[in-house]
Amino acid sequence: MTRNERRWRCIMKLVGLQSALQMAILAAVFAAAGRADVTAAVLKRDIDAKIGYCEDCHGPSAQGFRGFFPIPRLAGQQPEYIENQLRAFVEHRRTNNIMFNVAHSLTPAMISALTTKFQDLNPKPLGGAPRELVAAGKKIFEDGIPDANIAACAACHGPDATGTGQIPRLAGQLYPYVIKELVNWGKERGQNPAKPDTSAIMSPVAHSLAKPQIEAVAAYVSSLK
Amino acid sequence: MEHMRLKIAILAIVFSAVPSLVGHAESLAIRNCTWCHGTSAQGYWTAPRLAGQRDQYIMNQLMSFIEHTRDNPLSKEYMWAAAAHLSPQRALDLATYFSMLSPEAANDGDKELAAVGRTIYEMGIPDSNIVACVACHGPNAEGVREIPRLGGLSYSYLKRRLEQWGEGYNAAAGPPMPHIAGNLSPNQIEALASYLSFVR
Repeated sequence: MTRNERRWRCIMKLVGLQSALQMAILAAVFAAAGRADVTAAVLKRDIDAKIGYCEDCHGPSAQGFRGFFPIPRLAGQQPEYIENQLRAFVEHRRTNNIMFNVAHSLTPAMISALTTKFQDLNPKPLGGAPRELVAAGKKIFEDGIPDANIAACAACHGPDATGTGQIPRLAGQLYPYVIKELVNWGKERGQNPAKPDTSAIMSPVAHSLAKPQIEAVAAYVSSLK
Repeated sequence: MEHMRLKIAILAIVFSAVPSLVGHAESLAIRNCTWCHGTSAQGYWTAPRLAGQRDQYIMNQLMSFIEHTRDNPLSKEYMWAAAAHLSPQRALDLATYFSMLSPEAANDGDKELAAVGRTIYEMGIPDSNIVACVACHGPNAEGVREIPRLGGLSYSYLKRRLEQWGEGYNAAAGPPMPHIAGNLSPNQIEALASYLSFVR
């Protein structure tokens, strides 16, 4: 018996069953209302603190940041994609020691609040890609490389590279980050055989792209607003 | 052809990244630095080690002394005047020179705190919204580009720097360090500074 149950039993003995029932209903109603208020109040403060924490690494307005490792832009990212990636870290589908720990500490309610917030941010791209590669990258993005059996990126990521659902937005993503992901795709994503995921769609594409083609595509998408 | 190659090789050596100061370890500009930073630039007393520091970071800091944006008390007292008359070329030469010296670890932190410091460095404390330092400063705290090498700096320097972010100094450096370090408790700062002092 929990302390609350004991308390209620005691109260019921004292005031009689009927009024106790009324009190119980009232108490439940107020408790629920009270909890909702408290949750909302705590969350607002907690969300702001957590966003500050995310931006410490992912850059002001989640623009992305070049640390020792390139840290991806989250601004404008598809909520479903971020949510899926956070679960992927926890489920060992995607390997990343830092994000494994980060993702572990996030509740579903917090994830929902964070992804909503990030989707609404729209800072300019961080930049830094070689401009001379952009034209070649645009061509691959829009037309693919039919000879190498590589589909147009735009087919799934959208003509403006904004993504949809679990397919990520690439527009404005960091140049070195896109390169790192495409180069390491098979070593970083889809790592839990028991839990196959959408990353399998990209595997053959990432595998078929040569380094200069990866760099060109990365330069192009990183320049998109 | 052979002659041409030899010429190119000689030119390459002359114009390679080795700045004009190297080979003149006793040059006046370097000696002005090593008076305080130690004869082999391994740091001395309150002056941090420069050996092995990232050249872009040293450049940035020299600029911040010149522009008075690195405004903690000792920088104001010593480095503002020391950097005031450096030409951009001289600053670049000094940054390159010191970045090429091999760093030695200070090893002067509290050994018992090092394990806690290492955990914070590598994993952060997600529940307290403290990020993992490793993401920017690297697996061996070696730094990159304008992000400083922290491994092996002295305990007292690291501790003071981490405290100063939270005290409002050097705010012009912008995000993310004022926010990150401002959230660290005194115990966490001591643990981090201890751990880093042993990293080589």
